[in-house]
Amino acid sequence: MLNRLTDSLDLQGQALQLRSERQRLIASNIANADTPGYVARDMDFAKTLRAATGTLPAASAMATSHAGHIGAGAPGLSGGVAASDLLYATPSQTSLDRNTVDMDRERASFADNAIKYEATLRFINSNVRTTLSAITGQ
Amino acid sequence: MSMLSIFNVSGSAASAQSQRLNVVASNLANADTVAGPNGQAYKARQVTFQTELMGQNANDPTAAGVRVSTISEDQTPGRKVHDPKNPSADADGYVTYSNVNAVEEMVNMISASRSYQNNLEVMNTAKSLLLKTIQLGQS
Repeated sequence: MLNRLTDSLDLQGQALQLRSERQRLIASNIANADTPGYVARDMDFAKTLRAATGTLPAASAMATSHAGHIGAGAPGLSGGVAASDLLYATPSQTSLDRNTVDMDRERASFADNAIKYEATLRFINSNVRTTLSAITGQ
Repeated sequence: MSMLSIFNVSGSAASAQSQRLNVVASNLANADTVAGPNGQAYKARQVTFQTELMGQNANDPTAAGVRVSTISEDQTPGRKVHDPKNPSADADGYVTYSNVNAVEEMVNMISASRSYQNNLEVMNTAKSLLLKTIQLGQS
């Protein structure tokens, strides 16, 4: 009964966690815009979220053979995004110091990710409000 | 709270960029200095950045800050001007000025200040997102 209440929150919580990881990743790219030899990284958000929520079998997830088993923490929750999940950006204009940060793209991704983070926050907020009004029954 | 380390990452970048601005300021200030008593004119300085991983575990690439690894001196010979009346002139009547290229330094300054602004904006966005996260479930 209780996990039914929180199941929908779990997905949003996981998404929020991954959004904040991506935000940090893009912040690192922007911070290193002038570092020689730095390669920009990004993540495939849909794929990472699917791996984190268990629809896609993640390499580090433990198998559950019984309905009562509690699944081991999804990789997104416990250890953050694995380095192997990160992709490299393809530089559109190469620079002499082998830095592949495209500032226009990073700024756009940063704004996009910030808005989606806020959207996830609102989803959680309204979910909590709906559950609360169901509990109080008014 | 992985977003908290954004402040470390962007803060380190802003600090590195401000060091770069400082170096540009010294270069521009010394653009017209001539060789001193030791015969050595001011040499333009240049900072080099290096990535510094700041995650909780040492090889986490998602929190990559910046630090200044070296400040190197430009070794090209300074500009020589024939001016025998100048007290700093050498035996042949040439005055050695510093090797600062003012145009290059201005470009460097604009680039550093833009990068600094970018990092500040990243910190502002992270701050407002975190403040909204703190208020989660309250409204």
